Amino acid sequence: MRFLDEFRDSRLAQALADKIQTLNSKKLNFMEVCGTHTVTIIKSGIKELLKDKINLISGPGCPVCVTSTQDVDKAISIAKMDGVILATFGDMLKVPGRLSSLEKERAKGSDIRVIYSSLDAVDIARKNPHKKVILLAIGFETTAPTIAFSVSLALRMQLSNFFILCLHKLIPPAMKALLDMGEVNLHGFICPGHVSTIIGSNPYRFITQDYRIPCVITGFEPTDVLQAILMLLSQEKDGESQVMIQYKRGVSEEGNPVALDLMDEVFERCDANWRGIGIIPGSGLGLTHKYKKFDVDDFFDILEGEDYEHPDCICGQILRGIKEPSDCKLFGRSCHPDHPIGPCMVSLEGSCAAYYYYGRKER
Amino acid sequence: MKDHDKVLLAHGGGGELSYRLIKDLLLPAFDNPVLKELDDAARLSSKNKRLAFSTDSYVVKPLFFPGGDIGKLAVCGTINDLAMVGAEPLYMSASLIIEEGFSLNTLKKVINSMERVARQTGIEIVTGDTKVVERGSLDRLFINTAGIGSIDADLDISGNNARVGDRIVISGTIGDHGIAVLSQREGFQFESKLMSDCAPLNNLVSRMVKESNNIHVLRDPTRGGVAAVLNEIAFQSEMEMLIEEKAIPVKDEVRAACEMLGLDPLHVPNEGRLIAFVAEKDAHSVLEAMRDDPLGKDAAIIGEVIGRNRPRVLLETLIGARRILFLPRGELLPRIC
Repeated sequence: MRFLDEFRDSRLAQALADKIQTLNSKKLNFMEVCGTHTVTIIKSGIKELLKDKINLISGPGCPVCVTSTQDVDKAISIAKMDGVILATFGDMLKVPGRLSSLEKERAKGSDIRVIYSSLDAVDIARKNPHKKVILLAIGFETTAPTIAFSVSLALRMQLSNFFILCLHKLIPPAMKALLDMGEVNLHGFICPGHVSTIIGSNPYRFITQDYRIPCVITGFEPTDVLQAILMLLSQEKDGESQVMIQYKRGVSEEGNPVALDLMDEVFERCDANWRGIGIIPGSGLGLTHKYKKFDVDDFFDILEGEDYEHPDCICGQILRGIKEPSDCKLFGRSCHPDHPIGPCMVSLEGSCAAYYYYGRKER
Repeated sequence: MKDHDKVLLAHGGGGELSYRLIKDLLLPAFDNPVLKELDDAARLSSKNKRLAFSTDSYVVKPLFFPGGDIGKLAVCGTINDLAMVGAEPLYMSASLIIEEGFSLNTLKKVINSMERVARQTGIEIVTGDTKVVERGSLDRLFINTAGIGSIDADLDISGNNARVGDRIVISGTIGDHGIAVLSQREGFQFESKLMSDCAPLNNLVSRMVKESNNIHVLRDPTRGGVAAVLNEIAFQSEMEMLIEEKAIPVKDEVRAACEMLGLDPLHVPNEGRLIAFVAEKDAHSVLEAMRDDPLGKDAAIIGEVIGRNRPRVLLETLIGARRILFLPRGELLPRIC
């Protein structure tokens, strides 16, 4: 298939892997901050293939996984209100809150609908004028423009029963927070492809300039990731630190101006609570004054619960890159995709789920 | 089972939970040596005659899909289950459970298509039943069947028979049925010329057993897809196998749809494909014989059995790394057959 086969060519992949093995002298730590990259790396076997030379660490790259328990509980309490329809992307359903999950509340009778596009939520609001429709807005810069479009559409349609619970998060501030915490010694970042399609390569410059860590924005096929690793290695070898774009077929330096303008109009930066990391200043998105009436917090009085983690769950440390799923005593035992305890086991792009499906050594 | 107090969709998904349901609830309750074989059809004997007996239910949604409908699916499915133990299909039953208000004209179309496959293959629908339930207690039409076939005295084909060195052969491209049905679902609708692979495999199987008496295992990769079937056989035979990802035939349309929907073609159900474990020395002649049949024209060797006592399926990925191919979890595609 065109545009797919080229990037899965096994001879090309093996040649790249060989070159990585010969070029590399000391063991280096590279982090990917995108769940889709994590899946590619584990599923294609890149991590295993390069494990002697390169330690590939998964960072906070899955929007479902970095959502705090407090916010999950908030979504659950909204879903339990009378006269409410909660619209959500499917992977939030199973995420455990403190006592329940959206999936369990749906089984008990809450009206929770799985949507494939945020526009579906606007449509549900239009068709159900007597109900309040709340869109659970979760995602990084990739998803934010589509939510922004839905909110601006709701304004144009003068919908008074459409709201969002805005839990959007931004990737570059999280990368900065990880570096400032100093828990992992990184030699390079594999930067996300989809996020960068929107924001371009400039927002990563502080990493190469202030922290002297090379960055390569890459695509999602095995050869994309291998080439990015090679590009990081070459920078490391030459003592350089630049933001390079491997994923040229999708990403430009300046990003997508239409999407960025729309995001600027609808959203403004705010602080956000990341699971496993805590509050990161300027890492979230809230609605601007013009769109504030769509903010569920402004309309409903929702009691904020406390943050909570299962005492044995190490999702937080996994998201910070200091532990791997196999370090967790719950992994594959009491915590598995049919019965997730932490969020990283829920989403298909969560580190634990990716390791569970594709990275285990034995049944 | 202990994690759940209610039946989930995943208990019918052909994956891990289905396996646990069978192993923890059904097998202990109905315990007998014939059932324990866990093949697609039970092998019985009655006064020197060897019989195959199988049952299945069909709940596909929508009832009509590109390349077939629930009627064709029910007859083909029954025939295929019998064919997978090498049996010649003889008789079958058909029970229709119909929702009040269902169009008689549509029912006629379904019955005609059952009749067509039965006539082509020679199986006779000799008994049946019809129940109608009040509107809302069932989605339109479900069909339950049972089938009986006869097995040649010298044939021994079972999921327990895989041997070290066996070559693993697939009869054609994978995932066509699942994606063709999915393309018609509300909320998913995408344009596709893809047709379901739904077809009776008994002629292909007779061609194969004529060619070689070293066919050890046959299985049709329906629910849970190729990944589930390979795992089942690995555990039944207690064998370790190695599958080469790039050798598995997948149509471009199926790959494109799987990419879009986040599915793995190895987990997508098929209704007219089979996987065979054939002794190494006969693998190529069986492959050629399969390719002479219209239903086996894209047949390919996708792997081999590499060792015993370590039941698992290894997948050699496109970049040459190896990982374990696990049973799918959860219900990816409810009501696909």
